[in-house]
Amino acid sequence: MALERLFRRNRPTRKEDDNSPAGLWLKCDACSAQIYRKDLIANLYVCPECGHHYSMPVDARIDMLADPGTFERWSGAIRPVDPLEFVDTQPYVERLEKAEQKQGRPDAVVTGACEMGGHPVALVVMDFFFLGGSMGSVVGEEIARAAERAADEGRAFVAVTASGGARMQEGALSLMQMAKTTVALERLAAERLPYVAVLSHPTTGGVTASFATLGDVIFAEPGALISFAGPRVIQQTIKQDLPEGFQRSEFLLQKGMVDDVVRRQDLKARVVAVLKALSGAKERAPREELHAAAV
Amino acid sequence: MPLPFEKPIEDLEAKIQDMRRYAEEQGVDLSEEIALLEARLDRLKRDTFENLTRWQRVQVARAAGRPTALDYLTKAFSGFLELHGDRTLGDDPAMVAGLAELDGRQVVVVGQQKGRDTKENISRNFGMSHPSGYRKAMRMFDLADKFRLPVVCLIDTPGAYPGLAAEEQGQAWVIAACIQRMSRLEVPAVSVVIGEGGSGGALAIGVANRVLILENAIYSVISPESCAAILWRDASEAPKAAEALKLTAKDLLEQGVVDRVVPEPLGGAHNSPDEAIATVKRALVEELAALDGLPPAVLLEQRYQRFRALGRFAEAA
Repeated sequence: MALERLFRRNRPTRKEDDNSPAGLWLKCDACSAQIYRKDLIANLYVCPECGHHYSMPVDARIDMLADPGTFERWSGAIRPVDPLEFVDTQPYVERLEKAEQKQGRPDAVVTGACEMGGHPVALVVMDFFFLGGSMGSVVGEEIARAAERAADEGRAFVAVTASGGARMQEGALSLMQMAKTTVALERLAAERLPYVAVLSHPTTGGVTASFATLGDVIFAEPGALISFAGPRVIQQTIKQDLPEGFQRSEFLLQKGMVDDVVRRQDLKARVVAVLKALSGAKERAPREELHAAAV
Repeated sequence: MPLPFEKPIEDLEAKIQDMRRYAEEQGVDLSEEIALLEARLDRLKRDTFENLTRWQRVQVARAAGRPTALDYLTKAFSGFLELHGDRTLGDDPAMVAGLAELDGRQVVVVGQQKGRDTKENISRNFGMSHPSGYRKAMRMFDLADKFRLPVVCLIDTPGAYPGLAAEEQGQAWVIAACIQRMSRLEVPAVSVVIGEGGSGGALAIGVANRVLILENAIYSVISPESCAAILWRDASEAPKAAEALKLTAKDLLEQGVVDRVVPEPLGGAHNSPDEAIATVKRALVEELAALDGLPPAVLLEQRYQRFRALGRFAEAA
């Protein structure tokens, strides 16, 4: 029962999911308190009563992390296609169309340049409400381009992930985005530019098993589900209940998988502190050493 | 146990056997009749195996009797010296690794090992690795770089194991790290999908300069069964999912996911394992020869470009 509740409470609310006009008041999924919607938004989509972290719309996430007026969008120059002509209960192209209409962007990621605490940053924010934030060719390409451009422009890399994993409808090409994003991060590493990953709810599958967990520093938001296999798959495999809190941020901190669990209200300051501490490697390292280390 | 669509082939083979026995026992000459039937058998095999549906290929890729990683390592390679353990958590029997020679060339080998019978399958966890397996693979990549030895990886897994311990030990983290480590190899790397290339667990040892696949092997982002369970909400729709996922060797070559398809003997590798092993050996020897002597920077850049280029999208209007 407790377990069920735990899994339920972090599910994104329907109101955000379908972007329908929300009521003035809503009931918190976690503590059942009546919250004034404006208060929730003003509180960075965190319940003012119990601190439950809701999924955050991409634009709000960018506003929260980027220094005011500094964000300049890079993504959006490419659009998804349907390489396999994939049809399940619905054609992939129709799913894409609906998602674009709903979310107002061609695919499940936004990338761009900004400053964070004055540090030049390439910011990547995934949109879970675009086909579950799944990573297909466009998401992989946008992330790869952002990493390479960050390397070229000497920017740190900050990625906020939210994804159900690889996008099945693009088959093995989606799988290959795991390798593509990983190799693109090498350009960043070669320039000794820091990469801070922020894992938000939920981050699973192929995204967790590629660029998301390759951050120099990895933060997780409270209560986020972060996993390779989803809880349902594991339950079906092992045929027993999962321990409470399994695959949640706090559990992963205990297991040594993330550097810290950071409340949203503290997130920007924490990321900026890391950027401050880790930037300037190029100035510190002698040239020859840099080249030797570059891979 | 023949696969369902192999039944007519098996029946015809039995018939030819019977005729042969009869001819011998009775001392009659049936050679003309037998030759006719053999020609028909050949046509039947060709028709069957050239026109397999994607779901049927999935079954061939998983067929019992299909050569496993250890079959290749002991038959295509010589002097296979198995090395165990990840130096952290234990030894994963679903991932085998070590040193071997291929046609006189010393190499480092890593392979995903399914069982050849039920008992071995259980001990090998059906070829599904825990984090320990990927750590072992990364250890091998370290060895290969240090001693300047090319790497050969044999992919054959339903996927990385989705279990409690695997998650606790950071299955996602270790797969990401293995992908990254392999992409950093300063020596030539060739991967061959010999059976089932199941998702991220397969890709972890698939970030090679050249990626080969056997004619009847598959490589997919998700198993047809799981895909069907999610998208059709019914795992029994797996044949439909297999079609939609376009996961056969031919499909993957078109997508650029693999570089070369290694043909299998007529009737599939499971019916003529030694012949399949010999073909894979020849292909590997050629591939390694082609990568011979390339400097680390060239190998790294080639691998970077190979994976960087994968994916399809359109420029926005």
